[in-house]
Amino acid sequence: MSEAVLILGATSAIARATATAFAARGDSLYLASRDEEELQRIAADLRLRFGVEVHCGSFDAEATETHEAFFNSVVALMQDLSGVVLAFGYLGDQRAARDFKEGAKIISANFTGAASILSQCANHFESLHRGFIIGIASVAGDRGRQSNYVYGAAKGALSLYLQGLRNRLHASKVRVITIKPGFVDTAMTYGLPGMFLVASPQYIGERIVAALGRSSDVVYLPWFWRYIMLLIRLIPEPVFKRMKL
Amino acid sequence: MRPERYADLGPMAESVIARGQGRSYGDAALNENGHVLITERVNRMLEFDEGSGILRAEAGITLAEILTVIVPKGWFLPVTPGTKFVSLGGCVAADVHGKNHHHDGSFGEHVIALELILSDGNRVKCSASEKPELFWATIGGMGLTGIIGEVTFKLIPIDIILMEVRHHAADNLEQLFKLMQDPDKDDRYTVAWIDSMAGGADLGRGIAMYGHHAMTEALPANFQSRIKLSRKRSVPFDFPSFALNSLSISAFNNRYFKKEGGRRYPFLSNYDAYFYPLDGIDQWNRMYGKRGFVQYQCVIPERSAFDGIKTVLEELSASHRPSFLAVLKRFGAQGRGMLSFPMPGWTLALDMPIRDEGLFALLDKLDEIVLQHGGRVYLAKDARLSAESFRAMYPRYGEWLKIKNAVDPDNRFSSSMSRRLRIGEE
Repeated sequence: MSEAVLILGATSAIARATATAFAARGDSLYLASRDEEELQRIAADLRLRFGVEVHCGSFDAEATETHEAFFNSVVALMQDLSGVVLAFGYLGDQRAARDFKEGAKIISANFTGAASILSQCANHFESLHRGFIIGIASVAGDRGRQSNYVYGAAKGALSLYLQGLRNRLHASKVRVITIKPGFVDTAMTYGLPGMFLVASPQYIGERIVAALGRSSDVVYLPWFWRYIMLLIRLIPEPVFKRMKL
Repeated sequence: MRPERYADLGPMAESVIARGQGRSYGDAALNENGHVLITERVNRMLEFDEGSGILRAEAGITLAEILTVIVPKGWFLPVTPGTKFVSLGGCVAADVHGKNHHHDGSFGEHVIALELILSDGNRVKCSASEKPELFWATIGGMGLTGIIGEVTFKLIPIDIILMEVRHHAADNLEQLFKLMQDPDKDDRYTVAWIDSMAGGADLGRGIAMYGHHAMTEALPANFQSRIKLSRKRSVPFDFPSFALNSLSISAFNNRYFKKEGGRRYPFLSNYDAYFYPLDGIDQWNRMYGKRGFVQYQCVIPERSAFDGIKTVLEELSASHRPSFLAVLKRFGAQGRGMLSFPMPGWTLALDMPIRDEGLFALLDKLDEIVLQHGGRVYLAKDARLSAESFRAMYPRYGEWLKIKNAVDPDNRFSSSMSRRLRIGEE
């Protein structure tokens, strides 16, 4: 049976690949982002390639006061909305560590905005006793490192939020899945030094959709990042603080 | 650079060249000390009218992606090169041709409109009626007039996915030319494979291959059971440089000539196997070993085509340099792209492994022969043509340069090829 899925932050490479994987199953989609020109292009492409219904609308993660009205309009349009993928994120710049203006943007885009729209989604699905919420966090949220701890803290907070939400919504049969991608070959990482084991966005998108058919609550993508991050978390703090990561 | 958003295709403050799938054989999509803008992520299909077969898509999309959508709906590419792993933008920039040039012209003839992104980031629409000089400067313009953002073009209708194919063997070049000129044998797609190792009396022996899109009626009643789906094969490592030598190529050519030359009765072939035989072998280029190969493709105008092609083949034969693949095609009417390669005549494409520098001296000699006959060399396959020969071969260069200078006065769109050919200078 085909489903109806809302994708928040739909213009990133991972989000586009995830939307493609849903469309390939025949699901209908609502794509949301600030960049309306890109949305129209992606939507037209998915309609032509897969013959599915694709809507799109403007959504700004940081404009939390608009979230309730936005979500209501999505539900009104797609009455059988079966799930949400939260795919927006903002890597920012590590000068955020010294300049809080950038830091505030990283926190509000990755966490505050996410918490705001997720509360709308959670209330909706909780009352229906069905649905799924997939949140894209990051391996960067597993341990704070000097090279990107503002982003890591925001993504780590998102992971904790999703964990709590999963606990709350379990009784209402709403699935909450946390996705933690490692390095993915996107505009965010293109040309950066020090990348290794880089996954394609297509792979990540396919695995995100496949996660719905599996039982894991927290999914590292590709799978080996679970063990890499386990090792990194096992390093004792007195040692870790001396390391350059 | 590898933008993911359409808005990120411009503006450009430094030297840049667009690169689609990087399938041109030379330095067309390389840019030493400059930027290369990879378009593969800007590859969305935007509009498709299933009634008229008009498709609008972003230039980074590949022909393979387009085919998966259009073929089930009964449409096909109007012109296709020998690989489907090329970008739509590349097809426009090189104004590619197929085996049907003598009937349908080159790719550019089927383009309805383009959107070009200039160095200041401005988007300019052009077509045969709107800014026609920019349009015909961009078709075949090797990406040097701007970044091709969107392409609108017209597809051709097909009935089924199969091709009906016939082969006719010819014992020498004269017979081969006669075969290919015979209007009773000609077909929408016509191409000849030449045994490049055959010399003397056998010089130019080969197989003319004719094909057209089959109609449902052509199918035998039990055809389902006959279709073989071929598995994708791959060349997992670079062959040692001696793997392809005169002996092994001769042996292969003899076998191929005998086996394929006898298939005179029409047989059915999947479009993939017919148009894209090498796409079935991943990384086939590794057969040429680490030093790789060059492809040399030239066209000789109709009036002296036979003499010109014969002289080229004789030079090749005398040089004792094996060419793994030699392909002969006919070109039809002159296209309108100012720097387009096709002209009415015959075109010969040769794949030659690089063994030593002597190969390049031979190719310079071939350039002279081509020039004597008023022909030209295909830029999409070229890695070594001189700036002087380029100017002699492309007489509309001066006209093209005026338009280039008008839209790109700072010569931002440049490549290793454009610097080698001193494009931008008179």
